Parts: sequence; structure tokens; C-alpha cells
Amino acid sequence: MTFNACPLLEAASLFKQGWSPEWFCSWLGLPDELWRVLSLRDYNTRVVVFGTALLGAAAGVIGSFALLRKRALLGDALSHAMLPGIAVAYLISVLLGQEGKSLPLLLLGATLSGLLGTCCVLGIRQWTKLKEDAALSIVLSVFFGAGVALLGIVQQTTRGHAAGLESFIFGKASALAVEDAWVIFGGGLCCVLLVILFFKEWKLLCFDETFAASSGWPVLGLDWLMMLLIVLISVIGLQAVGLVLMIALLVIPPAAARFWTDQLRTMVWLAGALGCVSSFGGAIVSALLPRLPSGAMIVLFAGAMFLLSFLLGTRRGILFQAWQSWRLQQRVQRQHLLRAMFELSELQAAGAASSVGQPAPVSRERLQGMRSWSKRQLATEINRAVTAGLVIPLSSDQLRLTAAGQQMASKLVHQHRLWELYLITHAEQAPSKVDRDADQMEHVLTPEMIARLERLLNASQQGGSVPSSPHPILPPPETERIGGEQA
Amino acid sequence: MTSSRSQNELPLSVYDLTVAYQRKPVLWDVGFEVPPGSLVGVVGPNGAGKSTLLKAVLELLPKVSGQIRFFGGSYAENRHRVGYVPQRESVDWDFPIDALDVVTMGLYRQIGWFRRVNRAHRDRAMAALEQVGIADLAHRQISQLSGGQQQRTFLARALVQGADLYLMDEPFAAVDAATELAVLAVLREMKAAGKTAMVIHHDLQTVPHYFDYVLLLNMRVVAFGPTSEVFTTENLQKTYGGRLTLLEEATHAMRERGRQR
Repeated sequence: MTFNACPLLEAASLFKQGWSPEWFCSWLGLPDELWRVLSLRDYNTRVVVFGTALLGAAAGVIGSFALLRKRALLGDALSHAMLPGIAVAYLISVLLGQEGKSLPLLLLGATLSGLLGTCCVLGIRQWTKLKEDAALSIVLSVFFGAGVALLGIVQQTTRGHAAGLESFIFGKASALAVEDAWVIFGGGLCCVLLVILFFKEWKLLCFDETFAASSGWPVLGLDWLMMLLIVLISVIGLQAVGLVLMIALLVIPPAAARFWTDQLRTMVWLAGALGCVSSFGGAIVSALLPRLPSGAMIVLFAGAMFLLSFLLGTRRGILFQAWQSWRLQQRVQRQHLLRAMFELSELQAAGAASSVGQPAPVSRERLQGMRSWSKRQLATEINRAVTAGLVIPLSSDQLRLTAAGQQMASKLVHQHRLWELYLITHAEQAPSKVDRDADQMEHVLTPEMIARLERLLNASQQGGSVPSSPHPILPPPETERIGGEQA
Repeated sequence: MTSSRSQNELPLSVYDLTVAYQRKPVLWDVGFEVPPGSLVGVVGPNGAGKSTLLKAVLELLPKVSGQIRFFGGSYAENRHRVGYVPQRESVDWDFPIDALDVVTMGLYRQIGWFRRVNRAHRDRAMAALEQVGIADLAHRQISQLSGGQQQRTFLARALVQGADLYLMDEPFAAVDAATELAVLAVLREMKAAGKTAMVIHHDLQTVPHYFDYVLLLNMRVVAFGPTSEVFTTENLQKTYGGRLTLLEEATHAMRERGRQR
């Protein structure tokens, strides 16, 4: 794409002349066709795209529950099991002498055979000792195989070749008629409304089926209703997404949403939004390039959403987690440095009793002995603290805490010692409550508890703002005497 | 009037209960009557059918034969007076909800179909969390709770129901000392309030300290009655067979109890 020598000027002139979208598109060098689709000016495109988008939203919403109920693969077997039903329904409609394909009949066939497949899975699981995955694989492959065989027969019939039943396998949104889109719209809306209605009940069912049953909820009925909704979504999604990839629309958006939240409500609606965006994108691309099956496009969009969530999700995204653990590490390192400096200068002040107001300077060498940190680690940490204005280097060896550093360090040491004392005095309940993040103390312990700990600490305090440590501070070798006295 | 009646009727009575998986029997002619206001410990070796007993009683498993009465009526009639604490491992703790949400689930039946959870419900759930000592963790995602805290969350979910009879499946299994104390405190509070609890327990040593009735189970009822009468070496031998280490533990517990008197 070539840009004007001065795009900014050009862009500014946009506002002057009152810019039109067509103009913008041609300015970007995009074909008019794209704009025609993107602007959804075409009634047909508009209905199809919005229908598919709502399908994606509904699938994401009900898919969240399917995923949490661990029914994802059952949904896959179900949609694959629809193929023989479609073929049989077509053959029947031909036998009845109907012209062309009758969509309601085909969808009815799909539903019945999908349900039959589901029943087979449940039956195999119930009456044999086979595990669920085996039952699912058997049903999925046998039904799909039967479907492919029946499709072969359909192809042999006179008009069968032109029926375009293959579009049910991979989806072809562009083949959707306006009425079909309305069916999708209605089905999707119905599904979303039912989820709103049964939200609480399904939440309980998915989390703890046994408890739900023991408190008198009709677990089986709720389960079947959920299953029926999955069937409904799969059936209405047949034309747009296709039966092979329908499962992606049910599973990927909820799985992606889980990376962003720990709340079911947020997860369900976010999954709906992600499914909606994926379907919207897939339908648009497929409308632009009719050779690309819309099912595949939708799944690719959903996959991109998943990848993004997997990396960046604010709850479980791996980059986010890595960043958080890096930040935690940085914070802990800084706390170590400040505490070590504070405790060292405290020891020196106790020895010399000279410095008034300012904390005593500390040598790098002795800092080195306070913890098991490498020379490089310590140097890096000191440099960072100097940049942050918490520490001043006095000479190549001597360091001192600044006023801000001193304040922060004294607070840290204070909290740290309170926590240690809490661990000692309340050993039984402490391990579950102690939070390394000292700032959090007030959130975890009651004010009375903190006050009590303060009193305990103050009892052993000889003066100054920070109570002394409940255990001897690991002293550097040459101050052993002072440390010993303190203990 | 209802309260005086409820004190006289048996919270739970089981007669001739037989349960089988496929054709293999798990429980044979189990029968016992739980007196009101008692803490009943259910002990027995692995595979003795302890969890099965609770589930069958709660109609979660089909029974081959037998009669079960809750407060003199059927379970369906008296469900609201019965609270159930399933095993902690029975659910996926990675579920996207927080502790308060789990406890609120105990109220869903009272809230009823399609109605939303409101502030009053959440306050009651909070009070139950307070009672088990983890109110400060109410908004923590449940996978971030420790095993003991998860167990307490389950206990709170049962407490919030305000039931008269509680059936608990291993509430003391693999929990920290603080949780053990908290659960025990709750059991004692229940007893003080005239409520009844039947608890599956695995630690023979603590049975005499925790429970005033004990049900020794090994597919059939080996013995049932006040702990002081029934919890004997002889009965334990019948329950556990030749598992020596367990028997030694039990004998030790017996001796402990003897010393305490």
C-alpha cells in the first residue's frame, strides 16, 4: 500500500471536506467490494452476518455451561451424529416427491439423528464399562461414517448432486437465505433467554451435581434441557458453521473467556461476546470471498481470540502471569534490600549510638553477608533502589537509605516483624492467613489483632519507631557480639 | 408446637437398607435409628459403603430394598430439614466462582426457580462463612482456597440451609488443625442447638472425643449405639478384621479413653 507523502495533511483535509466512508476506502486503496460488505448495505448480507453473529453469541453462552459441565466432546459427537439424519431426510423428501431440499425437514432429520447419537453415547456409558471417551469416539465415527455413506447414495440420485448437502459439513454462510437467518436469529435469542432464566440452576448443576440432587433439583431434567439447547444451537448453526466445526464455536469462546475472569457471570457473557465477534468476522470474510467456507473462517477467528486470551488474559494468560511473577520478584527483591539495610544500620546505631535522625551508612560488603544473594544481584538491586531514590551511594562501598527509603524500610520491617510475631503466637491458624505482601496485613487481620501484636512487640522494644525483631537478626560476622546481646 | 414435636421424632431412621452396584451388593440390611440431638460417627474400612450409605439415604443412589424415614416422613417431604456436606474431592474446585457463591448455593432451593440471589441471601451466606471462620476469604476464587478452607466452605453451604439434620461425608479428611477445630466447634454448636449430625469419620483415635454415638459399618452394621458402649476393641476387630495397625490405633484410643475417666 502506498501512502501519500504527507498523510497527516491528507487526513486533516478529511474533516474539512466532510469525509465519506467510500472515499476513505478508496483512499486506503481497498476495493469498493469490501466497503459494500463492511457497511452491510446489502440487506441480504446484513441479515446473514447478524444472524451468524447472534449464533456465535448464543453458542458461546450455552457453550460455557457445556464446557463447565465437561460436555464439550459430547457436543462434538452430537453434531457429527447429525449427518446421517440430514441425508436420510433428503432421501425421504425425494421419495415424497418434493422438489429440491426442504430445509425444515433436513433440520428435523439432523435433530433426531443428533439426539439418537447422544442417547447412544449415554447408553454405552450406562450399560457397559467403557469410559466416556471411548463411547464418544465410537458414536462420533460410526454416525459420521454412516452419514458420509448416505451422502454417497444421495449423490447418485438425479438431483442429489445439486442439492449442496456438503455445505452442511463445512458451512456456507453465503448460501443462507434471509429466512434461514431469521431461524438462526430466533433460535439464538431463545437460547440466550433460557440461559438467563436458568442461570442459577445450571450454575449449581455444573458445579456440584450431587448437592443439587440432594437438595431436590431435578438434575436429569436440567441436564437434558441444557443438552437440548446444545442440539438447538448445533442445528441452527449447521448451515453457517457446518457440523464438523460446530464444536469450536461451543468450546473455544468459553475457553478463551476463562483466561480473563474467575466469575461465571462474566465468563458466560464474555464468551458470548467473543463468539459473536468470531462469527461476525468469519461471516464477513466468507461474504467477501465466497470460496472460503464460513465455518473455517469463523473457527480461525475464534482461534485467534483464544490465542490472544491465552497470552494476555488477565487471570490466566501466560504473559500476564509471567509479568505478575516478575513484578512480585522485583518487589520481594526490593523489600529484601531495604530490610537488610535497615536492620544493618539499626545494629550499627545500637553499637555506635551516634547518628541522630539519619540512618547509619552501610557497607556493600556487609549487605552481601545478610542474605544469600550474588554480587551481581545485589549490585543490580542497589542500582534500582538508587534510581528509585530510596538509597544514596556515599562512596564506592558505603550506602545510606534516603528519607523516603528509610520510611519505606521502617514500615516494611515493622510489618514483617508483626507477621513473624503472629506466626509465633498464633502458630495454629497463622499459616493459612499470613500474606507475604505486607501491605495486605490490614485486609487479613482484624484491627484488634494488629493492635494486640503491636503491644506484644512494643513490650520488647527499646525505643525508636520500629519494634525489635522477635528473633535475632542474622548478623554479619564482625557484629556477632551485638547480635548476641540483643537476643 | 412443631419444635416440641420435632424433638421427639427421630431425625433419621433406616430399616433393612440394601444397596447394590450392578449385582454386587454394597450394603446389606442396614438398619439404625439416629436419636435427636446426637453426633453420630460412621466408621469402617475403605469400601465398607460409608459414602454409599449417605448417598442411598439421600436418594442419590437407587436402593434395592429398605425403608428410610426423615423426621417420620419421606425425604421429599423433609428435604428442607436435611443438610448434606459431600466429599471435598467430589467437585472441580477450578470452577469460576468464589467462596460466597458456593455458600449461597445452599439457599438456592429456598430462593426457588428462576429467582435471583439478593442481598439478604448473600448476608446469610456471609454469616455462615463467619461461623466457620473464613469470612475474610468470601471473595476468593475457590481454587485459591486451601483444602481446609474448601472444606469449611462446604460446611458453610450446609449451615446456611438451617437444617435440623446434617449428613457429612469425611469433613475431617486431610484438613489442617485449625479446620479440624473449626469443624468440631460447629458440630458442638449444632448439638447445643438440638441439631443432629451424622458424620463419616476415618480417624479412630478421635471418635470417642468427637461423637456420642457411633455406627460401625462394614457392608452391614457391625454395631450401633452410644460410643461408650459400642466403640470396643471387639467391635472394631469385627469391623476392620485383621488390619493390625488400625487395631493398635484403636486399642490406643481405648486406653486413652480409659485414662480420661
